[in-house]
Amino acid sequence: MTVKPAPARKIKDDLPWYRSIKGRHALGVVLTFALLIPLGILFVVPFFVMLSTALKTKPQIFQFPPSLIPDPIVWQNFPDGWYGYGYIDFTTCTWNSVKITVNNIIGNLVSCTLAAYAFSRLKARGKNFFFGILLATMLLPNEAVLIPQYILFRILGWNDTHLPLMVPPWFGWPFFIFLLRQFFLTIPEELVDAAKIDGAGHARILLQVFIPLSKPALATLAIFAFVGNWNNFFGPLLYLRTPEIQTLPVCLVQYQGAYGNTDWNLMMAVATITVIPVLLIFIFGQRYFVEGIATSGVKR
Amino acid sequence: MLKRLVRPISPSARREERIFYLFILPWLIGLVVFNAGPILGILGLSFTDWKISFEGLNFIGLDNYRSLFADDTFWTSVGNTMYITVGRVVLGTIFALFLAILLNQKVPGIPFFRAVYYLPSVTAGVAVALVWIWIFNPQVGILNHALRTIGIKGPTWIHSTVWVKPSLIIMSIFTVGPNMIILLAGLQGIPKELYEAAEIDGAGTWQKFTGVTLPMLSPVLFFVIIISVAASFQNFTEIRVMTQGGPGESSNVLVWYLWENAFVYFQMGVASAVAWIIFLLLMALTGLQFRLGRRWVFYEV
Repeated sequence: MTVKPAPARKIKDDLPWYRSIKGRHALGVVLTFALLIPLGILFVVPFFVMLSTALKTKPQIFQFPPSLIPDPIVWQNFPDGWYGYGYIDFTTCTWNSVKITVNNIIGNLVSCTLAAYAFSRLKARGKNFFFGILLATMLLPNEAVLIPQYILFRILGWNDTHLPLMVPPWFGWPFFIFLLRQFFLTIPEELVDAAKIDGAGHARILLQVFIPLSKPALATLAIFAFVGNWNNFFGPLLYLRTPEIQTLPVCLVQYQGAYGNTDWNLMMAVATITVIPVLLIFIFGQRYFVEGIATSGVKR
Repeated sequence: MLKRLVRPISPSARREERIFYLFILPWLIGLVVFNAGPILGILGLSFTDWKISFEGLNFIGLDNYRSLFADDTFWTSVGNTMYITVGRVVLGTIFALFLAILLNQKVPGIPFFRAVYYLPSVTAGVAVALVWIWIFNPQVGILNHALRTIGIKGPTWIHSTVWVKPSLIIMSIFTVGPNMIILLAGLQGIPKELYEAAEIDGAGTWQKFTGVTLPMLSPVLFFVIIISVAASFQNFTEIRVMTQGGPGESSNVLVWYLWENAFVYFQMGVASAVAWIIFLLLMALTGLQFRLGRRWVFYEV
């Protein structure tokens, strides 16, 4: 004789909907979006202010109370701002910025990849000592070494040229080396061994195994280097005098200095143009970028 | 005798060692020429009365340091640096953690929000500093306009000796992107089993946060705080573009003080002393944090 199984006890469903599993989940999602969306809007406000000011007429920017949407929309501010003042040549400044930034990205990538490979995969006496120094220099404030660097470049006769900005990146950057080393450490040793059995030397292992596998980290580095150099202000301000060799940030500040508060709409138009390359690079590279930062610093 | 001290090393190991030093050579040269050399050079110069040319350079011992310590502006800049650093690091870290937790939720559209929150961090620079002057404008700025609509009369922000430092701190909140991402990665590295175990023990959301999330995240938080302090000390662009150390001396930070002494007054000896003080202060703060860190940072065994 078989025992009839007792009918499964009905799960108590007298809980209010918001305490049930489904209800709590739904509430969580709603609450998350209730925070995500306003914060998202908040983070876009500075860009919005920049763009909206760039498109306003001059009376409109000082209008009270301030309006958010420009009316009429003055696209003419962009060419007017760009070409408006004879002695600040934004086209030349842009070209200078592009030249320095591209050179520095390549320089950083080459020098930091070599050092990161050495610190992550090669055995040598003194390695720990030098790695300790590398970590210590990550904390060294740039401004502390600025004056002696300034003297050094003056002695070399490099002041008022692009060299003080374009040469140091070829000699590595501690933070980038550290970041890349962290990434290289995640590459399985077996791959290196396999390559060695195939007779590959370190140069080939680096070129054919590590670099192809480290695209996210290298992209991160490139974006960091791009942003850092494109926005660099202290260096050009210090070393460059001649107007023809200035970079974009300095040109923008000259605009501010020269015209005070008078032409904010034109200045914002130029500011918008200078930010666009960064936005584009970030939007296209952000998938790699985020992945790359996430692997840095955390695992040690 | 000497031979016995030097560990015997195989030819292939020796070759590897040579490649190691070859590969780090660029960085090593950079270290000596652009970092180690300068930091020692500046130590020497901080004991001289050097102006802009090397002629008439005299060794004056600790006079630069003495006159710095007697200068009220110097102490103001130390105080301002500390004020801004504490504000930026404390608020910035809390906010970055908050955003990271938010981005760690399982809802659709997270990559989009992650990008939006990160965006102001990559565009920080002169252009955005200029925008912030406009946002902080007491009359036609959007910030005071927003406050006015909810019935608050906003302060004059960067034009006020009281509000200029809070203004700079508020602005820095928008650039917590890198910290946010590092903390997010840290959150994602916490094993789920720990939360499940805590739930079985009847822990609520808050208890899970203080009992699991914070201890497991503490090494990452520690890293973020160290980096943030160093970054806050080097903040020059905003000061130069937005406030020039003012109004009065209310936003005169050490880096600005250094800049003025070196490249406005050409008091290079004094500026060198300031540079060394910045360096030592940062090292001391980092050391202090490592000491304090032993109490609150939890490393897995």
